[in-house]
Amino acid sequence: MATLARLRFSDEELDELASQLSGVLAHAADVDAFDLSGVAPTSHPQPLANVMRPDELAESLDRAEVLAAAPSVVDGQFQVPPLLGDEP
Amino acid sequence: MRELAAAIAAGERSAVSVLEEHLARIEERDGELRAFNLVMADQALAEAASVDAAVQRGDELGPLAGIPVALKDNLCTRGVPTTCSSRMLAGWRPPYDATVVQRLRAAGAVIIGKTNLDEFAMGSSTENSAFGPTRNPHDPSRVPGGSSGGSAAAVAAGFSALALGSDTGGSIRQPAALCGVVGVKPTYGAVSRYGLVAFASSLDQIGPLAATVADAALCYEAIAGHDPRDSTSLPGSALRPSSALDGGVRGLRVGVLAELCGSSSSAALGSSARTLAGASEFGDRSVLAGNEAMRGPSVASSADAMRGNGAVRGVEGIADDVLARLDQAVAALRDAGAVVSTVSVPSAVLGLSAYYLIAPAEASSNLARFDGVRYGLRVSGATAAEMNVATRTAGFGAEVKRRIMLGTYALSAGYYDAFYGKALRVRTLMLEEFAAAYDDVDVLICPTAPTTAFEFGAKTADPMLMYLSDVCTIPSNLTGHPAVSVPFGSGADGLPVGVQVMGPALSEERLFSVAAVLERAAPGAASEGLEK
Repeated sequence: MATLARLRFSDEELDELASQLSGVLAHAADVDAFDLSGVAPTSHPQPLANVMRPDELAESLDRAEVLAAAPSVVDGQFQVPPLLGDEP
Repeated sequence: MRELAAAIAAGERSAVSVLEEHLARIEERDGELRAFNLVMADQALAEAASVDAAVQRGDELGPLAGIPVALKDNLCTRGVPTTCSSRMLAGWRPPYDATVVQRLRAAGAVIIGKTNLDEFAMGSSTENSAFGPTRNPHDPSRVPGGSSGGSAAAVAAGFSALALGSDTGGSIRQPAALCGVVGVKPTYGAVSRYGLVAFASSLDQIGPLAATVADAALCYEAIAGHDPRDSTSLPGSALRPSSALDGGVRGLRVGVLAELCGSSSSAALGSSARTLAGASEFGDRSVLAGNEAMRGPSVASSADAMRGNGAVRGVEGIADDVLARLDQAVAALRDAGAVVSTVSVPSAVLGLSAYYLIAPAEASSNLARFDGVRYGLRVSGATAAEMNVATRTAGFGAEVKRRIMLGTYALSAGYYDAFYGKALRVRTLMLEEFAAAYDDVDVLICPTAPTTAFEFGAKTADPMLMYLSDVCTIPSNLTGHPAVSVPFGSGADGLPVGVQVMGPALSEERLFSVAAVLERAAPGAASEGLEK
């Protein structure tokens, strides 16, 4: 799970996390035990779908201002370490 | 605040002097309370001076002209640090303003600063802030609630006339209750979230905190309305709750929400992980039909009678002193002409469990954007993936990591249907049951929080105990319905108690008129001795 979430924990932290999450998931078991067959899922509380705006030109964010907030920039682009390598 | 706005507009008070008065209070007391992550004194003074200049010129003024407003520090302010109280975003300066910030400025408001919160709005006490907790102005040994604890404390301490918060599971209403101020969670889609750093996108709403119901209504009107930059923003004309404040409640049907008005036993909180008593008994949906008989004034026409009825299994752990104030509030509404009955919404007890699957799932997805590439913290690593892990491990605090892990688990292959999928079905059930309840009553009422403000450290060791603070507020987030918390007297410890009024989607005008009646009827003890 930690690998999927791109996080690293010590063994002690993992032990604590495991017991805390078990406590929360014990509540989730209330949901799991509930007979919900025939009930459709709701992912969103309002009946809005496929909201579109007119395809018109509009101002976007200032490029220099956006790049100014980045940790590392080169030639007007975000810079990152090499992508290829061993998975952590 | 309305008198203040009128005095500024008439030139009787200068906006600069009003601001200086608030800055002086901050100077005097925020070292202790720590409501603010950032006080924007220079920028605010310039804004106030331009309001005064507009008054001199005789320009038309906005409804909030010269009024100091504090912003929760997860609302983007162009060029001004926006941290979410996280090491991940310390020092980040957004390249744009949130829509609500633009709208407040357009209404003439003076932005006075950015307030503390639980990191990324995850928490109920502000103890999860990476920069240290906020203290409750009524008793600095107690938490202010959370996650919008800084905003609630700022209004309660008189640091700002108004504040904005965000509410994903109760993060406006619960701190409002604990700090003795008014807090509003608008209908999902009523206020644009453009520029709110997302926590759980199907639940998040921005809303006002204010000293009075009328102030909250004016602030609501300033920020609400359709915004094409938020695809969840509802089209249609904005509501005008300030026009409904004197509407009263004569003939209004008020339902006391049985499941969230608890057993009067206070033994349950923390005694076991399983505090939603008898939840599984509602597996058979015919139970709902069985409770139909409870609706209507002939049966259980008071909260006391309801609590004695063994047929209703609600959440446990609502404190007696809170329930006593609720009883008084219900009596006040009845005295004002409301028709009061007890209403059962069995699935309300499942809200907390469903929420702690849905919200972390959405958070684990939303917070994937903090990868050290485009903004915020970067901790170096040999590869991009190593850099991602090192950055996220160093940048996020314990509670944020806990929720990301929980959400990643709830969404993972093999568990998706059992956890996240089921939680979405509970959400449907809640929508159906609340809709049925609103066939019979116009509004529902229950406590905002199970207890008054608690002490620092009281709930930090057990996440589930902390999560229970939001048991009464979560259902409105899952259904997308609006809810208002109004201060209503104090508990046995002399600290504020909040009463929550809920209604169907876009019923804000009705909720504000009920809140105004409760405000007038409220015992005045809670806010005494605090400057407003």
